[in-house]
Amino acid sequence: MKYMLMMNTMRAGAGVPAWPKADLQAHIAFMHSLNRDLRDSGELVQAEGLSFPNQARLVRAGKDGVPATDGIFPESKEFLAGFWIVDVDNPEQAYAIAARVSAAPGPGGAPLNMAIEVRPIMSAPPPEML
Amino acid sequence: MTEAEQTTPWNAASEHLLRELAPQVLGVVARRFRDFSSAEDAVQEAMLAAFRQWPNDGIPENPRAWLIRVASRRMTDMVRSEVARRERETTFADEEPSIDPVEDIEAGMDSMDPINPDDTLILLFMCCHPALSASSAIALTLRAVGGLTTAEIANAFLVPEATMAQRISRAKQSIRASIRTSQIPFRIPTPEERGERLRIVLHVLYLIFSEGYASSIGERLQRLDLAHEAIRLTRSAQALLPEDAEVVGLLALMLLTDARRMARTGSEGELIPLDKQNRSLWDREEIAEGTALLTRAFSKGAVGLYQLQAAIAAVHDEAMRAEDTDWPQILVLYELLQRVAPGQMVTLNHAIAFAMVHGPASGLERLKALDGDDRLREHYRLHAVRAHLFERLGDFAQAVRLYRTAAAGTTSLPEQNYLMTQAARLEEVISRPHPSASHPEA
Repeated sequence: MKYMLMMNTMRAGAGVPAWPKADLQAHIAFMHSLNRDLRDSGELVQAEGLSFPNQARLVRAGKDGVPATDGIFPESKEFLAGFWIVDVDNPEQAYAIAARVSAAPGPGGAPLNMAIEVRPIMSAPPPEML
Repeated sequence: MTEAEQTTPWNAASEHLLRELAPQVLGVVARRFRDFSSAEDAVQEAMLAAFRQWPNDGIPENPRAWLIRVASRRMTDMVRSEVARRERETTFADEEPSIDPVEDIEAGMDSMDPINPDDTLILLFMCCHPALSASSAIALTLRAVGGLTTAEIANAFLVPEATMAQRISRAKQSIRASIRTSQIPFRIPTPEERGERLRIVLHVLYLIFSEGYASSIGERLQRLDLAHEAIRLTRSAQALLPEDAEVVGLLALMLLTDARRMARTGSEGELIPLDKQNRSLWDREEIAEGTALLTRAFSKGAVGLYQLQAAIAAVHDEAMRAEDTDWPQILVLYELLQRVAPGQMVTLNHAIAFAMVHGPASGLERLKALDGDDRLREHYRLHAVRAHLFERLGDFAQAVRLYRTAAAGTTSLPEQNYLMTQAARLEEVISRPHPSASHPEA
């Protein structure tokens, strides 16, 4: 079963976090080691970090399908900062990985306890249906 | 290979031949070397060499001996470098190995090992090892027993090749550790262990089949056909264990299900449920083979989970029209299945069969009992079943509501599309003025 783990932390206009160097490095090292572990355990399908919201554009089809773009407004709510797609045997394993992501170290090395949204990825129908 | 050999040209069946040979070769090399994990790597390299060379150079006269030879050479290289590494690390040898593995291998390198079916059977039991998670056992079985490449397996499960390689490598490490600590030795399970170990083997084969059968819905691109791989693997397991009724039952179940493959999707890849399928598209040969196997399985006595599921599939398959289905017989089979292998889905399917025999109102009454089950109460399949029964009762408004509740609960896209379409179809019926009133001339 594949799951998407979504880290929703960014706020538009908030800019990059101004953490002390050591804390920032600890956070980056944590993410690297997490991804390496997931790859080594044969669970990682994909992991990506997304650019900051100031790089985001809202796009709609205008006349004749021409893209009409708009900026993201500072008052917009939380943004997706990054996601992981993992392939695991049961939801509990996906939750365990999400808990690890959630506890990534923040300023002062304290766990951030970010809320990680875990969603099953739509798949094939169960064989009993067929 | 440099030596002149009689060869036969490569054709479509050759790839199949290579896969058939893989577990035999691995069995021989693993037994000779007593190292499953390294042997698996060596055989994989020999397979890749064959895939590279045979299409151009032709197939050697004795392809099995060719593969054993190439894999054994690779093993010898690996042992040599391992010995050299150890010699660099230690200045004195305090522990003389009882047998020199290099000599052992070289001695037997060109001998013609007779095919020993036990070797393949041991492999199957090792790959479906109790210490492994389901996904690891599946990956390892497909590679070691099925002879598939890591890339093919990764592609079939839509994960990166590196991820699948790690999964296989970790599975081998677990097995190696378990062999070393002698928790699970490299041999045929004893009669006491056999039942439990075989149950895992069958479960792994069943999972491979369901993954393949379900995922071949809709767009498939170049994905490997896992359902057919599972059938092939189960056929070899059945040849190795001809007296086991459940192995026969599992093979029958796969064939009787796979027979409906062509009928279960429409032109746009949409799901067509059993009662709406064009039954002339069902594969009669597979049905005949599955039914014959099932008869044989039942003659062996003990009736198990797979035989009962196969029997249910057979009852469906023998009805030329959905309305000819022998539901009373299916109901009896589900009652037996509830005793042999109780579970949520069995309970739910039993209720469906009950409704088909006793009518939708009795079926709905029966389903009320499932509301007491915390996990089943909110299960989307329960909503879908209720929706179907309300539709049969003529309560379309309830049916629409429940089809939509079910659609919101499934994690399968084709199934969600199907359930939403059912709701939309009924809603059109509700809002449409009566045909005879609006078109008196029709």
